[in-house]
Amino acid sequence: MRPARLFALVGAPLLGLVTGLALAAPAQAQEAELVKHDWSFSGPFGTFDRAAAQRGFQVYNEVCANCHSMKLGYYRNLEGIGIPEEAIKAIAAAKSVPTIGDDGQPTERPALPADHFRSPYPNDKAARAALNGALPPDLTVIEKARKGGADYIWSIINGYGEPPAGVKIGDGLYYNKYFPGHQIAMPQPLQADQVTYADGTKATIEQEAYDVATFLTYMANPEMEQRKRIGVKVVLFLVLLTGFTYAVKRKVWADVH
Amino acid sequence: MAGLHKSDIKNPVLNWIDTRLPVLTMVQKEYGVFPTPRNFNYLWNFGALAMVVLMIMIATGVLLAMHYTPEKTMAFDSVEAIMRDVNYGWLLRYAHANGGSMFFIVVYVHIFRGLYYGSYKSPRELLWILGVVIMLLMMATAFMGYVLPWGQMSFWGATVITNLFSAFPLVGEHIVTWLWGGFSVDNPTLNRFFALHYLLPFVLIAVIFLHVAALHITGSNNPLGIEPKGPQDTLPFHPYYTMKDSVGICVFMIIYALVVFFAPNLFGEPDNYIPANPLATPAEIVPEWYFLPFYAILRAVPNKLGGVLLMFGAILVLFVLPWLDTSPVRSAKFRPLYRIFFWLQLLSCLVLGAVGAHRPEGIWVVLGRVGTAWYFLHFLVILPVLGKIERPLPLPESISRAVLGHGGGPLPGGVATAKPMEKI
Repeated sequence: MRPARLFALVGAPLLGLVTGLALAAPAQAQEAELVKHDWSFSGPFGTFDRAAAQRGFQVYNEVCANCHSMKLGYYRNLEGIGIPEEAIKAIAAAKSVPTIGDDGQPTERPALPADHFRSPYPNDKAARAALNGALPPDLTVIEKARKGGADYIWSIINGYGEPPAGVKIGDGLYYNKYFPGHQIAMPQPLQADQVTYADGTKATIEQEAYDVATFLTYMANPEMEQRKRIGVKVVLFLVLLTGFTYAVKRKVWADVH
Repeated sequence: MAGLHKSDIKNPVLNWIDTRLPVLTMVQKEYGVFPTPRNFNYLWNFGALAMVVLMIMIATGVLLAMHYTPEKTMAFDSVEAIMRDVNYGWLLRYAHANGGSMFFIVVYVHIFRGLYYGSYKSPRELLWILGVVIMLLMMATAFMGYVLPWGQMSFWGATVITNLFSAFPLVGEHIVTWLWGGFSVDNPTLNRFFALHYLLPFVLIAVIFLHVAALHITGSNNPLGIEPKGPQDTLPFHPYYTMKDSVGICVFMIIYALVVFFAPNLFGEPDNYIPANPLATPAEIVPEWYFLPFYAILRAVPNKLGGVLLMFGAILVLFVLPWLDTSPVRSAKFRPLYRIFFWLQLLSCLVLGAVGAHRPEGIWVVLGRVGTAWYFLHFLVILPVLGKIERPLPLPESISRAVLGHGGGPLPGGVATAKPMEKI
């Protein structure tokens, strides 16, 4: 029997069976299924919706940043979502960051575009002390650090509600149907019209969540657009190279077959 | 025996070098005119592919090491700084992280190709054993590399895996303390894992050199599993197999590029983007996908030492495989029963991989145990017995007859069928 036919007879069904097994939903999944969106950045040619990302920065800046740090991000990263340089300077200058003064004493100075995003608390203990013992996770790579990525962020923001009958929620915790275990220490972070968008977009919770998820995805993957652009060229080049290589191979082998 | 080499190379400068250090003659002999069976299929690409991946891993790895900081409070941030602040750092890191997965895909195909076509049989036992050593070194290197980003999975994976050694009586605890450089996974662990992760690939190169050297003594196996009998059965490595390998490399690079550029976190666990926290255990500690079958074997028995022994045994059994398989016929093409058991063994490995990815509950416990039992049964019982009771199909007279003649079987009126172990 030729290997190909043998594979078709035995191998393929076996592989199919195993793939089925591997994909079978794990028994422990009790959290509600995340709401899936068609994001501007999905797919091999996807790019960040600049307007949504900028609105998302506004949501982050006015709401999230009150508790969450974004330690690895720089103000200069905002260039990547189309905010002009002068505006970035102004955004940074409005924040003050800790520094050591000329007298050697700790003091503060206005931030520069080259500075990391200012953290709301000087350290984790200070954050816990202020927030009922809970530590808000750093948001720089949160999109990569959660299964579902942007869909997870959107769903969590929209997942608050009354707990089902019989479910007891701990002190200082809130019910969220998408959060693992359903008890989250973060109160519902966004309300309708919590921010006022300069471009006139209506600030529903869904819209705010969509925008901030876009922004956070950008912050986690600032290289994404460049990566995909290069990727398309690399793959096209390799496909051509494969074609040529195969043609040469056929020619080389022609005399021995 | 000392003495200058008589070089055939025309170019006077190269001739001068080759006379004193005949590396060019060696390359010509081993990669130019090297007689290679003429009937390789594309599965014979995977050795060359593994070599290519190793080169990519070393190149990207050295560049990454220039920007990485092996210190527990800085490691995670330094990796993200590579992603954000180093020119094309994201490309280096994604190529390296996914290169690890691609390396294992390539090597696993290479191994199963060897199993299907009996490439481990005499006279290639040592070649096979060196291959198993290479796989072990790869596993150690990959494991330590995964610890370096110092995310949650890095930390807890390291904790779980190093703790396995504590199962050994008497010395176990000492081994673990020695591995950690302390009493828990901590900064000294990260430091030594970085040093070893940089060192082991070069050890790997040395063993690969021996693997290739052994290959060039025995010559390659081939899909028919019979030895070439003369020039009509072979082709010079160049240009025939350099070209055929090039085609495979191009196709492989397309797949690799698709992952790196469009799904760079496909093989990763999201939890590893959470900085390591010794006080918070992740809900599930899952090893990288290429360890999942072994992880499933580890968890198949309720006894810790038993599980650890079985897991190591799963690899150690491969060392004696050439002597467990008693059949004189190499290629599964001519072994109707072995062919079935080969696919069953591949299935058991895939099932074990799926088991390793799931919590040991319900059906997964049963599947894990059945898969583990089958894995060992295949090597320890089925292979030795099969060689005795199986009636292999008649072997073709020669490679050239089988390839250039009519299909596969022996030609009518052939003098005698080739003996499987016959030397050239």
